[in-house]
Amino acid sequence: MTEFVQMLQFPFLQRALIVGILVSLCAALLGVSLVLKRFSMIGDGLAHVGFASLAVAYAFNAAPLMVSIPVCLVAAFFVLRVTENSKIKGDAATALLMSGSLAIGVMVISLTQGMNTDVCNYMFGSILAMSTSDVILSVVLSTIVVILFVFFYNKIFAITFDEDFSRATGIHTNWYNMLLAALTSVTVVLGMRMMGALLISSLVVMPAISAMRVCHRFLTVVITSAVISVLCFVVGIYISYTFSTPTGASIVITNLLVFGVCSLVRSGRSH
Amino acid sequence: MALMTCRNLSFAYDGKYVVENLNFELHKGDYLCIVGENGAGKSTLAKGLLRLKAPYSGEIILGDGLKPNEVGYLPQQTPAQRDFPGSVYEIVLSGRLNRHGLYPFYSKVDKEVAHSNMEALGISHLAKACYGNLSGGQQQRVLLARALCATDKVILLDEPVTGLDPLMTQDMYQLIYRLNSEMGITIIMISHDIHGAITYGSRILHLDNRQLFFGTTDEYMATDLGKKFTGCPVCEDISEDHRSHGGHHPHVAEESSMKAGREER
Repeated sequence: MTEFVQMLQFPFLQRALIVGILVSLCAALLGVSLVLKRFSMIGDGLAHVGFASLAVAYAFNAAPLMVSIPVCLVAAFFVLRVTENSKIKGDAATALLMSGSLAIGVMVISLTQGMNTDVCNYMFGSILAMSTSDVILSVVLSTIVVILFVFFYNKIFAITFDEDFSRATGIHTNWYNMLLAALTSVTVVLGMRMMGALLISSLVVMPAISAMRVCHRFLTVVITSAVISVLCFVVGIYISYTFSTPTGASIVITNLLVFGVCSLVRSGRSH
Repeated sequence: MALMTCRNLSFAYDGKYVVENLNFELHKGDYLCIVGENGAGKSTLAKGLLRLKAPYSGEIILGDGLKPNEVGYLPQQTPAQRDFPGSVYEIVLSGRLNRHGLYPFYSKVDKEVAHSNMEALGISHLAKACYGNLSGGQQQRVLLARALCATDKVILLDEPVTGLDPLMTQDMYQLIYRLNSEMGITIIMISHDIHGAITYGSRILHLDNRQLFFGTTDEYMATDLGKKFTGCPVCEDISEDHRSHGGHHPHVAEESSMKAGREER
């Protein structure tokens, strides 16, 4: 415990904790719906696009988040549109997006004079990534994500369970799908600098599937997922601090352990 | 005036007609069964009637005060839904969302309606149960309760008995029949179970990428098409008989022999 208090004395860790907790919360809330709608890979796809846009932002000395967020929003809309018209299947579209933007990102980095280590941090995340202005932007945006999620919770439930029914009975499902994608983009971009582009999607997917192992109501799944996500983040960052392990990986491994426990609980129940 | 009037209605995918030139009407209190072989365009028409797919040509005219969002829907279930982590109550209640516009939360009335619909379909005791753990027949009842929450006018059922065992199938048909006769809900049922259709339906629309027949069940049974498709010429009198008594159709129990009869053709 004293170590934890000691850890909180570092300003960079305070920043990381504030942003991380908020992002974990957003990711977990959205994750339940994304997993159930079979959109688990969208987070990953968007993170790769985020990586490319960050690389480009650095090449032109632009503010990274200001570039990445709009680019990821556009990418999210693109993925949804393609999924709908189904000429290219959703998973193929996501795969295309992922490898394509990774290649663009790597290319831009290699062409930019003076290889920038910051960009490499985006691949696997860095606890040092957050500046004070980033924190303010992250707090504002993730608060907006949480508020919108709560406000539209019932509609998100309806389109997650049965999109056709919702559409037939007059709910603007396209609009809410877009909303879901937009909120996911924002969350992914905010989180990827700490978690890394390659690991951020676990923040979206893992708490949700852990919660689904043990809960049977949508509301409890969402709440449990949020609690698991925030706890795993805090534990993960503590492990990372204590044992000097990479932040993103520590958080993912904590999530994996929780998933294992939840699976055991489920199989214990069914016996 | 009819609730729905379809005039020269056609649907197409990528410019290829799936079903064309449909002309039929749906009146209040009807029990319309849309029948036909697989690939005859039944599901496409269902999507069209629900406004999930725009007509390629022709039009669907709503009348009698029916609004586009007042057509309830019992979908065919997707694998993703079967293990959905949601409670019965949450799902039934979600049928009320279409009354709210942008307002995000449920009212007291919504909750009461959800409870009374669960009561009507005999699933009140399952309110807190997980949807994914229910049997196929129970899941259908949940989705029907949700459809009732969304509308009290028209419900479209897409293959409601597919995947149910014979006992649950009968149960489901009785339930739909009750919704129609007791609660006054207009029913559109897509089905490839022709015997269920002629036993309970008041009107038949027979499709084979075009309209082969539209009219009352009795008229249908008098046509060569009806006799051929059902393979059961005596059903004409029995179905009438059955509808007035609400009893069991003797021929439904003999489904296996009928299937054999159909395969011969």
